[in-house]
Amino acid sequence: MPSVPAVTESLISARQLTKRFGAFTAVDSVDFDVAPGEAFGFLGPNGAGKTSTMRMIGCVSPRSDGQLRVLNMDPDTDGSRIRSRLGVVPQDDTLDNELTVFENLLIYGRYFDLSYAAAGERANELLDFVQLGERRNDLVEPLSGGMKRRLTIARGLINEPDILLLDEPTTGLDPQARHLVWERLYRLKQRGVTLVLTTHYMDEAEQLCDRLVVMDKAKIVAEGSPRQLIDRYATKEVLELRFPVGVQETLDGRLEGLGERAEHLPDRVLVYASDGEAAAAAAHDRGLQPESVLVRRSSLEDVFLRLTGRTLVE
Amino acid sequence: MAAVGVRHLEHNLLVYRRIWRGTVFSTILSPILFLSAMGVILGSFVPGLTEFGGVSYLAFLAPGLLAAQAMQTATIESTWPLLAGFKWLKTFQASIASPLGPRDIVFGHLYWLIVRMAVVTGIFLVVMLLFGAATSPLVVLAWPAAILTGLAFGMPMAAWTATRRTESSFPMIFRFVITPLFLFSGTFFPIERLPDFIQPLAWLTPLYHGVALSRALALGQVDQPLLLGLHAAVLIGLTGLGLLLAMRTFQRRLIV
Repeated sequence: MPSVPAVTESLISARQLTKRFGAFTAVDSVDFDVAPGEAFGFLGPNGAGKTSTMRMIGCVSPRSDGQLRVLNMDPDTDGSRIRSRLGVVPQDDTLDNELTVFENLLIYGRYFDLSYAAAGERANELLDFVQLGERRNDLVEPLSGGMKRRLTIARGLINEPDILLLDEPTTGLDPQARHLVWERLYRLKQRGVTLVLTTHYMDEAEQLCDRLVVMDKAKIVAEGSPRQLIDRYATKEVLELRFPVGVQETLDGRLEGLGERAEHLPDRVLVYASDGEAAAAAAHDRGLQPESVLVRRSSLEDVFLRLTGRTLVE
Repeated sequence: MAAVGVRHLEHNLLVYRRIWRGTVFSTILSPILFLSAMGVILGSFVPGLTEFGGVSYLAFLAPGLLAAQAMQTATIESTWPLLAGFKWLKTFQASIASPLGPRDIVFGHLYWLIVRMAVVTGIFLVVMLLFGAATSPLVVLAWPAAILTGLAFGMPMAAWTATRRTESSFPMIFRFVITPLFLFSGTFFPIERLPDFIQPLAWLTPLYHGVALSRALALGQVDQPLLLGLHAAVLIGLTGLGLLLAMRTFQRRLIV
């Protein structure tokens, strides 16, 4: 990626940003900018360097090299001032089990120097926003994973932050709880809150992100909107073919020319084509007899596969 | 911005408001049990202690237990609950994501120990008075002395806890440090009764200084102010050293 000068209007701007732990490089010279009001994502598998990047943005992990500006300040010298304007939703909920739902928000408001009255008022509004008003006086411990996650999001909003950082906001949640979280985050986005999130779920990235970078092995390998990335790195449609055990290895060149290209996964073959149905018909004409045939639209998963040769979620 | 550590003290007080009822019973019961069994009943077999002007065993023992109680409570407060903040609940991660930093957590812990010690040793002192185990009005000064004893253990322990990945060593601390100190630092008998070659070792243990200071004040035996100053200086020094080390170890643990 060509290096361009840091943009001052960005809320976050990184150039050659690097994080090393001893001999291990967790984040290797990455460049990115986050504009006000956008939802920006880091998509990548576990261990790609997403969380390390988020922690540097959150001013709790000093960078090893490169430049980083957050809210036009330097995390090394203005960490506390920057953090006062950030909201953070960490991967672990980090809630205090000995306090109630309401008290967790109240004391966190105090961390940001809100008065008890102001923090309490804000806590009640936020509990309504994340649909936990009825659990206000319950202890945190018995809440479900989805409720705890929503409470953590509410806590991240207690100071009305300029940027909300979300590290894997729905990892570990069941589908229903995930959709509820997405719906709330979507509302925040519509209110103009800048969202920065990491995820290894392509559907999450597609749902929430205006723009994203794909990270793999500590580096950024692609950048753009979900649509742009799919257009650039995949075809419109994908034909998925599953063959009986042992057959896939004997196909050799028989898939040649069916689409623009083919990916051989352990359990299936993906044929990238602008017209999936036509490719399926062509495969049939060649006498191929797959066990199952599926035509679908390309997704970020295909982008990731193209860029790294691996799937996102193993 | 509020003064460093104040927000964390508020957090601890908010939790304490929720759980204090569960602790108050044992906090009152413990001195009653110890003072009646060991001070009154066992003490009736013990002749007046000549080293301390022939005072009753109860009057001798009570201020020693007071200091030892502070040591134990402060050590407990500085092990498991802190590791919960680092590791189990990770609430310290939430703290440092706010404008606060590791320093706020360390100072907050110091303030919290002061409050917690004040409650535990305050209740202990009231029980002592009810048992008639204090012979001098100076006993009120044994209160800050006992609080200081707790800090001299709690702050170095806090610094050490920040370097721990697991809780496996905490029971060892109690078995091999806290319990021997409790038994051999002058709590139950004057260290002068220990074999000569062990006595200097007792001098090196922090609890001895806490016990000696608390006892001198409770018995009104303050004719050696320099010695008492030395005891206090040791305890203040350990507290300060623990505070400095904790700032380093908390920073290293949290900011990576």
